[in-house]
Amino acid sequence: MQTVEASGVATTATAPRYAEAATFDAPSLVSSESRLARFLAGLPGVDQVGCEQRAAALATRSIKTASKLRAIDLAISMIDLTTLEGADTDGKVRQLCAKAAHPEPADAAVPSVAAVCVYPDLVATARAALRSSTVAVASVATAFPSGRASLAVKLADVHDAVAAGADEVDMVIDRGGFLQGRIGKVAEEIVAVKAACGDAHLKVILETGELATYDNVRRAAWLSMLAGADFVKTSTGKVAPAATVPVALVLLEAVRDFSDVTGRVVGVKVAGGIRTTKDAIRYLVAVNETAGDDWLTPARFRLGASSLLNDLLQQRRKQLTGGYAGRDDVSVE
Amino acid sequence: MAERPLPGTAGAAAVFEYSPAPESRAVARLQSSYGLFVDGAFRDSIDGDVLKTISPSSEEVLAEVTLAGPRDVDAAVAAARTAFEGPWGTMPGAQRAKYLFRIARLIQERARELAVVETLDNGKPIRESRDVDVPLAAAHFFYYAGWADKLEHAGFGPRPRPLGVAGQVIPWNFPLLMAAWKLAPALAAGNTCVLKPAETTPLSALVLADILQQAELPAGAVNIVTGDGTTGAALVAHDGVDKVAFTGSTEVGRRIQESVAGTHKHLTLELGGKAANIVFADAALDQAVEGIVNGIFFNQGHVCCAGSRLLIEESVAPTVVAMLKRRLSTLRLGDPMDKNTDIGAINSPEQLARIVTLADAGVDEGAERWSPPCTLPEKGWWFPPTVFTDVAPSHRIAREEIFGPVLSVLTFRTPDEAVEKANNTTYGLSAGVWTEKGSRILAMAERLRAGVVWANTFNRFDPTSPFGGFKESGFGREGGRHGLGAYLDA
Repeated sequence: MQTVEASGVATTATAPRYAEAATFDAPSLVSSESRLARFLAGLPGVDQVGCEQRAAALATRSIKTASKLRAIDLAISMIDLTTLEGADTDGKVRQLCAKAAHPEPADAAVPSVAAVCVYPDLVATARAALRSSTVAVASVATAFPSGRASLAVKLADVHDAVAAGADEVDMVIDRGGFLQGRIGKVAEEIVAVKAACGDAHLKVILETGELATYDNVRRAAWLSMLAGADFVKTSTGKVAPAATVPVALVLLEAVRDFSDVTGRVVGVKVAGGIRTTKDAIRYLVAVNETAGDDWLTPARFRLGASSLLNDLLQQRRKQLTGGYAGRDDVSVE
Repeated sequence: MAERPLPGTAGAAAVFEYSPAPESRAVARLQSSYGLFVDGAFRDSIDGDVLKTISPSSEEVLAEVTLAGPRDVDAAVAAARTAFEGPWGTMPGAQRAKYLFRIARLIQERARELAVVETLDNGKPIRESRDVDVPLAAAHFFYYAGWADKLEHAGFGPRPRPLGVAGQVIPWNFPLLMAAWKLAPALAAGNTCVLKPAETTPLSALVLADILQQAELPAGAVNIVTGDGTTGAALVAHDGVDKVAFTGSTEVGRRIQESVAGTHKHLTLELGGKAANIVFADAALDQAVEGIVNGIFFNQGHVCCAGSRLLIEESVAPTVVAMLKRRLSTLRLGDPMDKNTDIGAINSPEQLARIVTLADAGVDEGAERWSPPCTLPEKGWWFPPTVFTDVAPSHRIAREEIFGPVLSVLTFRTPDEAVEKANNTTYGLSAGVWTEKGSRILAMAERLRAGVVWANTFNRFDPTSPFGGFKESGFGREGGRHGLGAYLDA
């Protein structure tokens, strides 16, 4: 085998034209609405056609055999197993937690999921049910899903969730404020929620379906990261379109570039409409070829989903046994 | 700016390594030997020889094909003449359209077989032959089928006539697609054809011949004679040919033009290129990087309109080059039959030698050479994706067509300088402009002397869009309404 060594000087691909990059100071950027607005407007645009073409090209990757099994296990370990219904009960949440900790009790090789995601009033139930497991408890908060409430109400929501034992808080941004150009207000809310989270990790939901353009998605992602987000997340799952591969690409580019400029690592969570193994693997391929290996861990990439887990388990059995598992071969929850 | 290893680039332990995902080669249904397709049937050569066609990725002999001799070419031209004076030339346009639609559908039905044959014979990744070459070939037949009964409305006068027998010589970089580009408009306009595929890539044209039989195309409307340069020379010099269409190198194009000069023959040439891909500072940079990659590394750079000269606005040049290098580190070079391969094999040892020579010249002349770490397979002909920075417009790698996965990076300061440098070439086939400013796109397109100017994309082809060159990139247009003009006596 002839191996070509990297020749010439390796260069760091640093986020482009970020005027503030040389003296990057996130807190001072966030504290001045006009500076923040200038900074966000200076981010390079996203070409819609090109972005979607790249996503479509990544979707043609053919993930088979050993790599598929590896991807399935990775995807399982990245799931935020979610129930966000008005009809949620203690019983429903406890059953979900059991599944989260041991998705396939008969096979110890199947990893636990990353977290269970519930409304704040059910955090205590989830916390108790997951006491002896590694699964984290995530809670949506800040008047999820619309976020149309005062900051005081949003913070109270967050305090509730954290006090009940949430390890992770999934907040929503003020999309109306963002679209109106009141990005200072959007940023202030994130800063305040981050403070209210204490040790809990903060995932910031952009609700990209309402932001509509990839340029907006990129700017909202940078705004959230500058304001202190530990994760940027696509959607609530309550608005269509929810997560898409092109949106995930834009977020992955954002966290990659942000890490290059600031050295701080932010994760990405895609949520909503991810139901099949094929969908999940497409996202993993996008992570692999955009942000790279370093993001292929539950600490940096999550899949918010509910029915996805069972499809992954069925496909996992198919990989191991060669036969397709029926719907009733895996537990409903 | 601190230099540190990038996350996700080669070197780190791979968390998610893709397993091999090979396409089945059995679907190619290769025969051990092929004859010539003349007068509607495969037949043995009269005075020809045998030619072995070799897989560039494994060096294995795929099949034996015929090296057609002068008498074989005579027979093919005679069959085309008979068909032109007989069934095909007298057939109403609506009827011709029926055959073209049928061919297009059969290409779609046998798409997988065609893609596998193309990849085996040419060395290009199956992903490209499957997603680009074959669908576009079908699209060309569909498109020109629609024109066949509407020629009087095509802007070539009230009753445009076909030229007669077309002698068509095509290159090895897109064997099936180039056959479609040549045959579809010629047939739609009512001409008959003798097609000479490239010496190193004859197989997909022979599968196409089988498709023409399956479509019950009248005998002689299309004849396919395989062979080398001597076959092509015999065809273009043949007295019975009314129209010569050639796609290939500028050097051969010159010889063809000499041989056709002073005869009754019509001529169109689609030759080399050294396209400028111009990136302004306000471009959508992530997508621009994708476009740069697609511009020069698509089909191993074996593309006449490849964006081989990257012109970056100086203020963003270090950023773009760094982003490009990171992106190149994710390209997967290897077995073209693997569905995850991005960069396949170089088509022939001769082409590889040419690429090596020019790349070495780049180093000698002082440009900085870079390739991502990658492992080249032992067998076959391979060249790693290569980027030259610090390239001066006077360097050979900035002036000569390399026809390989080699990118020369130059910089500019102002739009005027970009135009001046982009046009400073003997070629003029294509150019690319990357900017978020619409007015600048239009202003640049106006001033760039290139047949195709892509804006915020590159190497995108569509049968409705004319394609062709300025200056030494040739003349005549293929594709679109304009493409009919090459086959009509207006």
